[in-house]
Amino acid sequence: MAEGGDGEGEEEEERSCALGFGTGGDDGAGCSGSPAPAARMRSGSCGGKEQPPPFSEQVLENVLESVLEFLTCRRDRNAASLVCRSWYRAEAQTRREVFIGNCYAVSPGRTVARFRSARAMVLKGRPRFDDFNLVPPGWGARFSPWATAMTAAYPWFERVCLKRITVSDADLALLARSFPSFRDLTLICCDGFGTTGLAAVAELCRNLRVLDLIESDVEEEDEDEDEQVVDWISRFPETITCLESLSFECVNCPVNFAALEALVARSPSLRRLRVNEHVSVSQLRRLMERAPQLTHLGIGSFDSGSADAGAGDLDVTDMESSFAASKSLVCLSGFRVLDPTYLPAIFPACANLVSLNLSYAVFTAEQLKPVIVQCHNLQTFWVLDTIGDDGLRSVATNCKKLSELRVFPMDASEDSEGFVSDSGLVAISEGCPNLRSILYFCQRMTNAAVVTMSKNCPDLAVFRLCIMGRRRPDRLTSQPMDEGFGAIVMNCKKLTRLAISGLLTDRVFEYIANHGRSVRTLSVAFSGDSDLSLKHLFQGCPNLKKLEIRDSPFGDAGLLFGVCHFYNMRFLWMSSCMPSLRGCKEVARRLPHLVVEVIGDSPQDLHGDAVDKLYLYRSLAGPREDAPPFVKIL
Amino acid sequence: MEDDHESMGDACPQLLNLIPNEKVREKRIGGLDAAEEKKLELTLGLPGGVGEEEEPSVLSSCIFSKVSKTSSRRVVLGSEQQEAGLFQLQSRGGYGTEWPHKTTWNCEIFDEQQSLEKEKALGDTENEAGSNTSFQTRASAGVAVVGWPPIRAFRKNLASSSVKQSVELQNGNIDEKVKVASCKKGLLIKINMDGIPIGRKVDLNACGSYKKLSFAVEYLFLDLLRAQKETSTNDLRMDEEAKQAFKSLLDGSGEYTLVYEDNEGDRMLVGDVPWDMFVSSVKRLRVLKSSDLSSLHDWEARKEQQLSVEYGGEGLAN
Repeated sequence: MAEGGDGEGEEEEERSCALGFGTGGDDGAGCSGSPAPAARMRSGSCGGKEQPPPFSEQVLENVLESVLEFLTCRRDRNAASLVCRSWYRAEAQTRREVFIGNCYAVSPGRTVARFRSARAMVLKGRPRFDDFNLVPPGWGARFSPWATAMTAAYPWFERVCLKRITVSDADLALLARSFPSFRDLTLICCDGFGTTGLAAVAELCRNLRVLDLIESDVEEEDEDEDEQVVDWISRFPETITCLESLSFECVNCPVNFAALEALVARSPSLRRLRVNEHVSVSQLRRLMERAPQLTHLGIGSFDSGSADAGAGDLDVTDMESSFAASKSLVCLSGFRVLDPTYLPAIFPACANLVSLNLSYAVFTAEQLKPVIVQCHNLQTFWVLDTIGDDGLRSVATNCKKLSELRVFPMDASEDSEGFVSDSGLVAISEGCPNLRSILYFCQRMTNAAVVTMSKNCPDLAVFRLCIMGRRRPDRLTSQPMDEGFGAIVMNCKKLTRLAISGLLTDRVFEYIANHGRSVRTLSVAFSGDSDLSLKHLFQGCPNLKKLEIRDSPFGDAGLLFGVCHFYNMRFLWMSSCMPSLRGCKEVARRLPHLVVEVIGDSPQDLHGDAVDKLYLYRSLAGPREDAPPFVKIL
Repeated sequence: MEDDHESMGDACPQLLNLIPNEKVREKRIGGLDAAEEKKLELTLGLPGGVGEEEEPSVLSSCIFSKVSKTSSRRVVLGSEQQEAGLFQLQSRGGYGTEWPHKTTWNCEIFDEQQSLEKEKALGDTENEAGSNTSFQTRASAGVAVVGWPPIRAFRKNLASSSVKQSVELQNGNIDEKVKVASCKKGLLIKINMDGIPIGRKVDLNACGSYKKLSFAVEYLFLDLLRAQKETSTNDLRMDEEAKQAFKSLLDGSGEYTLVYEDNEGDRMLVGDVPWDMFVSSVKRLRVLKSSDLSSLHDWEARKEQQLSVEYGGEGLAN
């Protein structure tokens, strides 16, 4: 928030927090990097009371608003808002989509007061390590205060996208009741709600276009067990709907299929449908018949065992004809239950497929080959590592346009066999030069393979390599993996996201600092030797915004190197490292607008000097009031 | 700015002195004597400065900070995890591969020390969760680490149940595939406690016996219960009160009793049937106040009566 520019009614202290808090960037509350612009603005503003602008200036502002309407990219908008006070006002008036990268970086009231014409919001809550159970349950990030503020301020709100936020049924009902134009609801990795909330949304949002539940934890029963699972699918209006996207893969309880089929039949705009595993293959077939215009299909069960009564045995050719009839399909996902012999049913769709997610299904390279040879247009591919290096070679041979690859482990443990290795990685790099994003889980890797990939795929923007054995060195040379990752940051100039693993010393951080000019997100685990690593990072990476570290030997000294950089970052997460309470307090003392949270598994953990989990983030809202007893804010 | 860092560098060792003099050492099983403790003192490793000190020591996951309730508590969890595998940890084997690893920490971890303490720690798991064991046991090989590899929980479960599914599909067993939770590696059951709004999940496969289940329940809810009861600043007393609550969960004589809901929807007391039978039929767990149990019994009795009437009636008709 460009505090220096907003003189109206703001207290002195808020104005002074402009240091480092421009409105550039897309994190926190859209705060930018260097203190310079804000300082400039501060000196430019007169302080004191605001006079209403003279007539000509008013005209200018109106013109400005009309022009700024066309700016959609939030970074452009952040930059525009820093120019001067009238640009700030004009931009605030015309911003339609508000992105809040950390829900605790700014208060709902303040957001709503600044952006009075917003129609859409993206809100992110818990840190990513929450996905791996590192954040104790009940830590926070609740939607309720935001829902209250938004429903009071925005009568015409349309779209909400939440990530890692606790949303209650009451929140959903409030949204549904308060926004007559509401159209898009996307909940990613959220929890706290159940079928009751979904029913409220289905019933009350007459203009609903998108209802996407992605990887969220949908409660099956309420705390008081007398509540049944609600048949939310039946609650959609009986008339023709405007539904364009419906995703409920993560809803664990079965839905009323008859109601679902009827809903699909009366939703002519439906393009994306992702069902859960309780929808059988014959049911799927009927859905596909009702909606031949589908572009994105998420399959539930895909096996012969799920035949309906009276439907008889569904064989592969029957399903194949369904896929032949759905000519618009470009994205297939789901396959929660897969009989690999059914895979050939998707042949007719393969040539058009741009995205294929088979990462919930176990099958071999042999079973994959007949499918993948036809997928010439594939750009996104998610798969389990059971296809092995062989399977990856097939992918490399056939999918020349591949842009994003994710290889997940079937057996996510440190001592499992591991089906893919460095040779699979090399094969991919040789076959897919357009690769932009890769997530690769393996047991064995070599520096040479990673270096090869860095040279063959210079467009890489996301490189996440997870060698599952902790601190495992190069398989061939027994050297640390520093050189491999070093080559990645040196050769891939567009790299913005990096996750490192394996045996790593301080050296890799030196490489990242010296060459990773665009790196914004860095995930570190079981890496490094000393605080030098952090020294390198904080002094080197100008664009580092999100740093998550676990189980690495970094302590107070390293932390203090970051004092010059923390205001430029969205957050720093450090767990199972070596900071002490004293060090964290020192950081908190030096940076008053940084919220430094010490998190334990229980309130007892907070009494000692050692800090188990540290989460710090810049914030205009100050220490939050909803912190649970196992969180201490310094 | 740079100057600050340089001067900070001089002050570093102070900040890294994690051996406060005033703190009371926790009683440690297999505790380290003074000389060993000195060796574990941490200092900042400077580039090239400590190369000669390195040892091919087993460098395991992190916290080598000494003396803190935190680490010993956490480690108790670790050692319990080895046995009981609380939460959603899947039991894993050893690390596997080669270990020779250079470290510039002036911190020496002794393999023998580790395994010695590990054994002692294991022997102590039958005691209360608050007992103190060395933090090193958590760090040693074989102990599963929370959240590693970084895979979301539903992927872990699905991946392993997929294997089961593809096998069972051949056998024509349709029901199994719907129960994602029925895979071998982790049987997660929801558990709620009276008066506590936050529910938890417990991994029954990792528990293995009723006694461990009881410990698991205590571990899961102890802090939440304490937070509820927090009226005084007297930690110790609160500790005792809270712990008391979990005594005798299974035999009905304590303040709380453990019950479960089986696959037929009936509420049953935990502990009546053999463990395996319990695991195969349990759907949900609940920790009830024992005073509420009598109403449960009444309800059960009435249900039984109803059933006997129905069957009795049929018998008569025949």
